[in-house]
Amino acid sequence: MDDLYRDYILEHYKRPRNFGELDPHDLEALEHNPLCGDELGVHIRVKDGQIEDLRFHGHGCAISQASASIASEELKGMKLADVGELDADWMIELLGIPVSATRRKCALLNLKVVRGAVTGDHAWPA
Amino acid sequence: MMETPSGGRAGVRDAFPIFARSFGGHPLIYLDSGATSQKPQVVIDALADHLASHNANVHRGVYALAQEADAAYAQARERVAAFVGAQARSTIFTKNVTEAINLVAYSWGRANVGPGDAVLITQMEHHANIVPWQVLCRERGAELRYLQVDERGEISLADLQSELARGDVRMVAFAHVSNVLGTINPVAEMTARIRAAGAVSLVDGAQAVPQMPVDLESLDADFYAWTGHKALGPTGVGVLHGRAEILERMEPFLTGGDMIAAVDFQSATWNELPYKFEAGTPPIAEAVGLGAAVKYLSALGMERVREHERTITAYMLERLAEVPGLRVVGPPEAERRGALASFTIEGMHPHDIAELADRAGVCIRAGHHCAQPLMRCLGVSATARASAGVYNDASDIDALIDALLAGRQIFQLDDSAS
Repeated sequence: MDDLYRDYILEHYKRPRNFGELDPHDLEALEHNPLCGDELGVHIRVKDGQIEDLRFHGHGCAISQASASIASEELKGMKLADVGELDADWMIELLGIPVSATRRKCALLNLKVVRGAVTGDHAWPA
Repeated sequence: MMETPSGGRAGVRDAFPIFARSFGGHPLIYLDSGATSQKPQVVIDALADHLASHNANVHRGVYALAQEADAAYAQARERVAAFVGAQARSTIFTKNVTEAINLVAYSWGRANVGPGDAVLITQMEHHANIVPWQVLCRERGAELRYLQVDERGEISLADLQSELARGDVRMVAFAHVSNVLGTINPVAEMTARIRAAGAVSLVDGAQAVPQMPVDLESLDADFYAWTGHKALGPTGVGVLHGRAEILERMEPFLTGGDMIAAVDFQSATWNELPYKFEAGTPPIAEAVGLGAAVKYLSALGMERVREHERTITAYMLERLAEVPGLRVVGPPEAERRGALASFTIEGMHPHDIAELADRAGVCIRAGHHCAQPLMRCLGVSATARASAGVYNDASDIDALIDALLAGRQIFQLDDSAS
């Protein structure tokens, strides 16, 4: 089996969870990966200081789409205060595959978008 | 892969030491010459020999070593100019094509483009031939207009004619060969119309000079820019050819050392061509390396290089058509394009295509290729691109196709679903 393109990665790529629009929503953000021109946006609905629901939209490679899909399941129900604490390691560990330096931004784009929407911090997750 | 000019048994590839390398047990299959070419040993030797034996700054030294450096730099300029049928005096060394176009947009543009004027470019331009004109037009209150790319990936001379007929176009800037579509634009036909309309032309020759004969006398562009590193030379040296009478009237771009005739406390006068446009210490060793590169290409013969590239492009297009779900953008005929093919595969993102190709040691590029407006016209966010050079042969294309088919297997794509 391929190290990077494991079955569950391809499964999330082909059938991403929590993709689409969410209206009405409370928070949103849209980010680009300047390397490849991919774009990823998010709509977030907030209740009691937590992410009640969210949807990603946009287009990207298997790594970026699968990362967003896998992260979306963890993000639902998370306290907004905790979202700001999420770092690159959280995402890479969650993804569970060896991500090369050139593909790192693909994996981190979704976290950049979500943190941007929640905290206003548009920096790449460190 | 071409044979050596002498007709010897060793192929051209043997002249490029990098092909001794392997990646993950696979020999290097390099199909990214559109991004940068590999370097023959003669270029590496010329660079090393210059630095080891002839290094001094140019234009200032009276000692023998400095005269050698001067002579080497001047000879490089003569060779580079002759290679494309230009005059050394109107051949300016820059850092790259981007700097060359910025030079024109700044020095020529700010003096000749004003409110109510227009700059005309095409939808197939590289960002290097878009953004400098955007900045110029915004600053000068001018309009930036685009010639449309049709579904074949080509622009129309009729569109050019009707744009020029509006009477406000001062500059038309366009690629000789598109870095995404591969399209070869009809430069001579375009420059004749542009000149007749009283406008000035700039041609981005980055993808053309490495792979086909370029004769600036017959192309008759007012400005023609290209870069060394795509033409078997080193990085850090680009070339701008300009019509001498236009260059004479232009103010300098960058100012400082070397580009002056005399400096007073409050003012300065400018050096003669081409030095007026070469502020500071130029890329001396890099220019010498580029001189060796064009000498090598001349020995191969640019007609033969073009024939090689046309043949490999035809083979590449034929084999790519065997991959289910694959769509090539740009002109379908190899005669009408440079040695590259940009493509998409249904169900696989270009980044993943390039990553999977790399598993087999095949280097291709993925992304927007610094042409985001064109990507929008094509209705895609990115493509994968394979581009060939003098050192490639049919086996490289075969390796690419094998890698793409293997990638489809990994992605569990159904071969009937094309």
